[in-house]
Amino acid sequence: MPTKKKKASGLDEAAACWERAFAAEPLQDVDFTTVSSEPVNTLYTERDAAGMDYLRDLGFPGDYPFTRGVYPTMYRGRFWTMRQFSGFGTPRDTNRRYHYLLDHGQTGLSVAFDMPTIMGYDSDHPRAEGEVGRCGVAIDSLRDMEILFDGIDPAKITTSMTINAPASILLAFYLCAGEKKGARFDQMGGTIQNDILKEYIAQKSWIFPPEPSMRLITDILAFCAERVPKWNTISISGYHIREAGSTAVQELAFTLADGFAYVEAGIAAGLDVDVFAPRLSFFFNAHLDFFEEIAKYRAARRIWAKRMREKYGAKDPRSWLCRFHTQTAGCSLTAQQPENNIVRTAFQALSAVLGGTQSLHTNSMDETLALPSEKAVRIALRTQQVIAHETGVINTIDPLAGSYFIEAKTREMEEAAEEYFRRVDELGGVVKAIEAGFFQREIGRAAYEYQKAVERERKIVVGVNRYQLEDEKIEIPLLKIDPEVEIEQRNAVRKVRTDRDNDKAARELARLETAARGRDNLMPIILDCARCYCTEGEIIAALKEVFGEYLEPPVF
Amino acid sequence: MARKIRVLIAKPGLDGHDRGAKVVANALRDAGMELIYTGLHQTPEIIAESAIQEDVDVVGMSILSGAHMTMFPRVMDLLKQKGAAYIKIIGGGIVPEEDVGKLEALGVAKVFGPGTDTRKIVDYIEKNCAHTA
Repeated sequence: MPTKKKKASGLDEAAACWERAFAAEPLQDVDFTTVSSEPVNTLYTERDAAGMDYLRDLGFPGDYPFTRGVYPTMYRGRFWTMRQFSGFGTPRDTNRRYHYLLDHGQTGLSVAFDMPTIMGYDSDHPRAEGEVGRCGVAIDSLRDMEILFDGIDPAKITTSMTINAPASILLAFYLCAGEKKGARFDQMGGTIQNDILKEYIAQKSWIFPPEPSMRLITDILAFCAERVPKWNTISISGYHIREAGSTAVQELAFTLADGFAYVEAGIAAGLDVDVFAPRLSFFFNAHLDFFEEIAKYRAARRIWAKRMREKYGAKDPRSWLCRFHTQTAGCSLTAQQPENNIVRTAFQALSAVLGGTQSLHTNSMDETLALPSEKAVRIALRTQQVIAHETGVINTIDPLAGSYFIEAKTREMEEAAEEYFRRVDELGGVVKAIEAGFFQREIGRAAYEYQKAVERERKIVVGVNRYQLEDEKIEIPLLKIDPEVEIEQRNAVRKVRTDRDNDKAARELARLETAARGRDNLMPIILDCARCYCTEGEIIAALKEVFGEYLEPPVF
Repeated sequence: MARKIRVLIAKPGLDGHDRGAKVVANALRDAGMELIYTGLHQTPEIIAESAIQEDVDVVGMSILSGAHMTMFPRVMDLLKQKGAAYIKIIGGGIVPEEDVGKLEALGVAKVFGPGTDTRKIVDYIEKNCAHTA
């Protein structure tokens, strides 16, 4: 073969040859960065993975440091839980939606509460006006929880509840509703989000100041470790941090920093780390940048395992596991040409599965317009089922491991997160950093930079700043919340207050207030309040007497 | 010298989603406007009161929780009662098309949905909300 060029003798020579060829060609005027505006190389080779030690850095699935997955079998053992976050209107409305989803093959439940429930107001409170049942279901007392789970066996299905500041109360309602059906506490499994730190950082649904909030959380850790062993007590959430505009690295770093803060709080409260850490779980976003997201999940597992074992001295391997739920990125969806959101969500869901998620919520195409309609939520669920049953990606565990790019990116994100941990430590820890506005500023800046990049068209959003339609009309059906919901729910909570033994309710609330002033675990008393149909708003009001309320300085 | 346009960005109700409010506040400030941000979880009473106290030309309310049909009319009524109906109200957030029409019929000057270019908001305010007195 006389025309064949002389073969480069080594990797460096071959690389240099390719670099010359690359430099000689014209390139598109496109920002080749991730959605987080991180630069990425054009090409990764063996050299980028240099220094990687397979057993030390990756290991096997179900084995330290769990980079490749938390379980030995992963999706050959069972698929991720398909868990669509759902709630709207009255408890009866949402109960119907749950039966619909279960009938269509959903395997776990996830409750979305309305804003008054999230903020600790009963439906008939003046501050609840206009918000009842709007962006989730209204739950005021044990009575509502009984209706919400009518015909559903809490000993058989696991339920996740997106509730934070009042988490102990909603958990109490759930446990009591189960108890009335004959389920034992130790049979009931599920998750409460209960991650107050990210509320101060990003989602902004707080009630009490940080210190009493952390006490409520450690009370839950201790109570559940003893009485509700199958409950995931905190779902340490990066989702909302990302939705508020953070980069992927910020999501990773701030979430894990919050996780370490809970571990430290538990230890400081006198708990053995291995008693509560196995029930901590995580909740990440699945954004559009496919490989960056996969690297993020892998880095999260490795960082958590290392710190839990090396720094916090956890001995139980279950304490080392970064188990996580994933939700596709609501903030990536567009109101323009909403059908395109089905495609975005599918790619995001695929990255979560390739990243080894334990459960998944896929957003519906209409979520920038309203709460999802039945049809939209069915397509979202079907997206997961297509990934599970048709694409074949579930056959092999962590199939992208060993990719020079993925391994380099995983390591790079781990290092960038470590750098953030150092900065948070310098500020005196997570709570101090929140009070200094550190996370809020970092996230706000990233969000504004992203918006500017879109407006300069350095980032293209299909249908928004390119490929727009003239005079677009939205042609998908939207879910409407009937204004009657608010009236119905207001009457329902008033009826609860007239039907119950009011002397007993008042006694339990007084007992709670007294206990809040002391050091006793508040969970058993909150359960007693729930059993005699004290409302959420009443329980919160009793706690506010002692704990006060949090006020954020308005900065932007 | 013309007075700078003064804007109050407000988060009414219980909704904590403040990404949009903050991005818009930053963009308006970068465009040379005077910005006042209420912070989260404000009542319509506080918003109307702040708008008058701060002598703003326009109030921008961000609502993503579905409470827009309650919050917008309430703030407008309060401004009217206090003789400050000249203050323009604009809004943003998750507001279905159908409700946008209703709100505009009620007197909300403009509702900007998701994906709006902030330069459009700047432009709108400069053309429609500048202090004329």
